[in-house]
Amino acid sequence: MLRRAWRKALALCQLSLANMLEYRAEIYLWVLASALPLILLGVWSRAAEGGAFPLTRVDFIRYFISVFLVRQFSFIWVIWEFEELVVSGNLSQMLLQPLNPIWRFLSSHLMERVVRLPLVAGVVALCFALYPEALWLPRAGDLLRAVGLLGLAFIARFFLQYMMSMLSFWSERAAAIEELWFVVHLFLSGLIAPLDVYPESVRRVTELTPFPYLIYHPVNLLLGRPVPFTRAALVLAGWGLGALVLQRLLWKRGLERYSAMGV
Amino acid sequence: MSAIRVRGLSKSYRVAVKQPGLRGALRHLFQREQREIHAVRAVDFEIQPGEMVGFLGANGAGKTTTLKMLTGLIRPSSGHASVAGQVPFERKRAFLQDITLVMGQKQQLIWDLPALDSLAVNAAVYEIPAHEARTRIAELAEMLGITGQLSQAVRKLSLGERMKCELLAALLHRPRILLLDEPTLGLDVNAQEAVRRFLREYNQRYSATVLLTSHYMADIVALCPRVLLIHEGQLMYDGSLSGLVERFAPYRELRLELAQPLELSELQRFGEVETLDGLSAVLIVERSLLMSTVARVLSELKPRDLAVSEPPVERVVGKLFMAGSLAAQPPPAAPPDVTAGGPPC
Repeated sequence: MLRRAWRKALALCQLSLANMLEYRAEIYLWVLASALPLILLGVWSRAAEGGAFPLTRVDFIRYFISVFLVRQFSFIWVIWEFEELVVSGNLSQMLLQPLNPIWRFLSSHLMERVVRLPLVAGVVALCFALYPEALWLPRAGDLLRAVGLLGLAFIARFFLQYMMSMLSFWSERAAAIEELWFVVHLFLSGLIAPLDVYPESVRRVTELTPFPYLIYHPVNLLLGRPVPFTRAALVLAGWGLGALVLQRLLWKRGLERYSAMGV
Repeated sequence: MSAIRVRGLSKSYRVAVKQPGLRGALRHLFQREQREIHAVRAVDFEIQPGEMVGFLGANGAGKTTTLKMLTGLIRPSSGHASVAGQVPFERKRAFLQDITLVMGQKQQLIWDLPALDSLAVNAAVYEIPAHEARTRIAELAEMLGITGQLSQAVRKLSLGERMKCELLAALLHRPRILLLDEPTLGLDVNAQEAVRRFLREYNQRYSATVLLTSHYMADIVALCPRVLLIHEGQLMYDGSLSGLVERFAPYRELRLELAQPLELSELQRFGEVETLDGLSAVLIVERSLLMSTVARVLSELKPRDLAVSEPPVERVVGKLFMAGSLAAQPPPAAPPDVTAGGPPC
């Protein structure tokens, strides 16, 4: 059984990688289009020179380079793909095979990371060339914990968005929910500004949401700053698991509504 | 045990109705009107293992909705379907291993990659051992005549080659039940014939059950001794193709080689004139009047040659759908106006 599962995973990953390599130019454009943290890097590092902030100029530079890096590995697009599949009826092809479609989406997301890796490395190297004073290497332990947290953040984010994708069975524009999510994510995850600059009361509220665990905490781990690792891991696992349970329920209900239009 | 057994199968949809224009849009915002569409109504039929059955009906008659229910893509509103001994909508692994659905206008192969890449995933998904998958791919590719095309990107293949690759992908797991929705759609005559030949061979080699809808009556004539005819969601006919013609087209074609040119009005005395081209003419004559009409034609027109034939099936079915005469039971007594022709489905 394990051998069969491994063969399926390998075949799916090989197919996804080959497919993603065909779209490498588009993926590289996505990487460049997600350079918002690098723009904010310039803004915040300049602001830090003249204001009283809890982070220094170099801290800000390192923070936003890390945000850029973390975001590259937690970016999820499954809702757009799933919505298109439901609206066009192309989901039918997947439903006809004895394999849950989630594995196809998961493998394509994972292999897309592999394809974007060289350009991401290049952009980070360019940042360090522009800001040599910000060059640093995370401690091995921190790096390991950050990778672990980033993996959990990816899984939680994937399941959360996949759960929201199920709304495509009820609405033709389910992806609009993701756009609303993104606005909140922008402010509460630490993407637009480190949570350190927010008032304490706002920070306490953000800790009740999954957002800071997706960006802010993994970034802080890379920077060697104190992070409630166990709590962060449990929160991400909890959100991921909750989303998965809800997704299963919505999937079952949604399939009863699915009309396989366009077929 | 039947390969496919359907009892009282029905599917209804509720669709929103919206009037055109700004007023309609505003009204729709506050007061949604919905209409119930009965796509399939209490359909009953059985198909035995190894049978090849044609599924005929005009656009919107309920063919594709029925196929979607038989493959478990949509849940029936009422009634029961059993396919390969399973309830389709439960979509159990054993069921999905036994069936396939080929849709002429849809594709499962990845556009930018060679078909072999997609086939490798299908082999893994259906848990076909690698060496067995290679043997099957080689065998099916040879039957389809696409051995050299499997390593080219799908987007670079011709429509016919792409359809053959789709068929290969859909049959790699060697399903016992094939549900084919317009498998020759858009193909040229040669590609259509190749697909038909392949389907016949697959059916014979693996005793596969085939339920086929097609826009091209030639597919049905070539492959299906039995047809189901559905109209406005109701099954109107289940039997042989020749029986369908007998039942719904009780007329014959009278082909004449005239001794001298005649006016159209002179020929119209004997029946409806389908064509008149110089000395060649084709008349449509009601079957019950055939003998007396032939006698009259022979004595009054003295033609050089006379032949009686059945009208082409595609014209009969096309005319039935065009005229909407299926709603009337029993079928119309007067011969339909076949000169109008038209698409069969």
